[in-house]
Amino acid sequence: MGPWIALVVGGLWAAGIFLLLRRSLVKAVLGLALLGYATNLLLVAAAGTARRAAPIVPPGADALPPGAADPVPQALVLTAIVIGLGVQAFVLVLLKRAHAETGSDDLDRLEGKDP
Amino acid sequence: MLPVLPVLVPLAAAVLSLAAWGRPRAQRAIGVAGTAGLLAAGLALLARVSAGGIQVVRLGGWPSPFGIAFVADLLSAILVTLAGVMGLAGAWASVAAVDGPRQANGHWPALLVLLAGVAGAFLTGDLFNLYVWFEVFLMASFVLLALGGTRPQLAGAIRYVVMNLLSSTLFLVAAGLLYGMAGTLDLAELSLRLRAHPSPALVSAVGMVLLAAWGIKAAIFPVFAWLPPSYAAPPAPVAALFSGLLTKVGFYAMLRVFTLVLAPAGAVPRGLILALAALTMVTGVLGAVAQGEIRRILAFHSVSQMGYLLLGLGLGTPLALAGAIAFLVHHSLVKSNLFLVSGAVERIAGTDRLDRLGGLWASRAGLGVVFLVTAFSLAGIPPLTGFWAKLALLRAGVEAGAWGMVAVAAGVGVLTLFSMTKIWSEAFWKAAPAAGPGEAAAAAPGETGPGLLLPAGALALLVVGLGLSAGPALALAERAAAGLADPSAYVRAVLGPGGAP
Repeated sequence: MGPWIALVVGGLWAAGIFLLLRRSLVKAVLGLALLGYATNLLLVAAAGTARRAAPIVPPGADALPPGAADPVPQALVLTAIVIGLGVQAFVLVLLKRAHAETGSDDLDRLEGKDP
Repeated sequence: MLPVLPVLVPLAAAVLSLAAWGRPRAQRAIGVAGTAGLLAAGLALLARVSAGGIQVVRLGGWPSPFGIAFVADLLSAILVTLAGVMGLAGAWASVAAVDGPRQANGHWPALLVLLAGVAGAFLTGDLFNLYVWFEVFLMASFVLLALGGTRPQLAGAIRYVVMNLLSSTLFLVAAGLLYGMAGTLDLAELSLRLRAHPSPALVSAVGMVLLAAWGIKAAIFPVFAWLPPSYAAPPAPVAALFSGLLTKVGFYAMLRVFTLVLAPAGAVPRGLILALAALTMVTGVLGAVAQGEIRRILAFHSVSQMGYLLLGLGLGTPLALAGAIAFLVHHSLVKSNLFLVSGAVERIAGTDRLDRLGGLWASRAGLGVVFLVTAFSLAGIPPLTGFWAKLALLRAGVEAGAWGMVAVAAGVGVLTLFSMTKIWSEAFWKAAPAAGPGEAAAAAPGETGPGLLLPAGALALLVVGLGLSAGPALALAERAAAGLADPSAYVRAVLGPGGAP
């Protein structure tokens, strides 16, 4: 499982960077989203990819049973997803403003250069 | 409780300021009071830490490697105080020079959230929490940068947003990898566990990801291209605040994590950092020489001066770290002051293009004095702050035998002086050019008032005062640097006596 996840993360990063390098702002937004998903996947994978029990302390015990999953990366990923949502919303509004200003999604046109 | 206060005060003020939406006067009062409160909290924290050592607050009462700790050592306290000074100056300048519509549409809440995020980043003792604070102040800075929505602002904002989001993603990747390697995100615990890591090369690889992430935030070579357009576009008080704080937070993160976590694991590539320092200094200053607008010159100098900070980090001796800390404080004060002066020039003359400016010394001598004092300090003329900070860095370079770096740093200082002289002779000294037909309206002097001159003058006085009391100020920086060079006190303060390495 581990190597496959590494490949998927690497592939998503490559695709994201490729989109960021385009001049079109829409593609840049999509690229940023892909990078965010790839990174969330990496965070989950960092805790191990084997199937494990839910991290709930059973009644009467005072520690997790052996083999329970690590809840920390899942909390991190939740935080990262929420932050990503807010950031993407902002970028979309910025994109809309830029489009209203120039009628195009080309960054060069916004900077006053001829395309 | 004291270490959390610098976050709570601006955050509470931001909430109040949102509640006062639609009442600009109330928002303005809350903004100024909130930033003054941040400065007061920072000074109280600095006094407490200076007398009583490192302060730790464990939120929620969880013991340290499990909960999130707020840790205020001397470096954090100095920087939080600096954030208070910058915030108050920025708020003061905003009252004078940010136009009504911007002030009514979110300038104040964004400014306060930005300061809360910056203070949180300076104080947190947890790597993921550091990421969260980075996002908090980034979101606020996006709003401040784009607010107003003029064309150059949008173009600058898009570059800034894309580069900084890329950087944040890299930061998150590194945090995930470090968690996978060490099983913790608490900086003190990471410091202990990575020392025992079997493969320093692996730790070093993650360090490189962090260097890339924070290098983008700090605008070092070769990833500084986002900075000049985004610092040249927004209103002058916003540019002043950005130049004073934002790149500095990126550098703070490097300083903290490299000395606390990576250096004990033997995973700091000093040669690479020194090479980046030299390239940053040279490319930044050469970029500035080619510019013809005051703000763009200043923005390129911001890049160049980051190289001096990297030089301190790369040398890594206690004296070099002290020099870097002193330089950080010096550069924040001086550069944001120069941005305020450039804003005043723009308001008086309607432009900051050097070929259209002139004669300001004759008409605005006060502004000229403020500019001269600050520009001399940036160029490192004694007895101003820049001289002492550069002297400490150069001495550290000589002690370490890094003669090449000393030569580069000294040469860049000369070029900095050249750029400042260019602004002086073009904008202040030469006779005012005859206004073209279309410019008469824009160039009509009048609505200038004392506005930006007062906060700029106050910052200039601070620069002179700090320069004259360089002895105690440098002693404080040296104490802060000693805590970085030997992080065992930090680790013990967070993890308790059992955490001794």
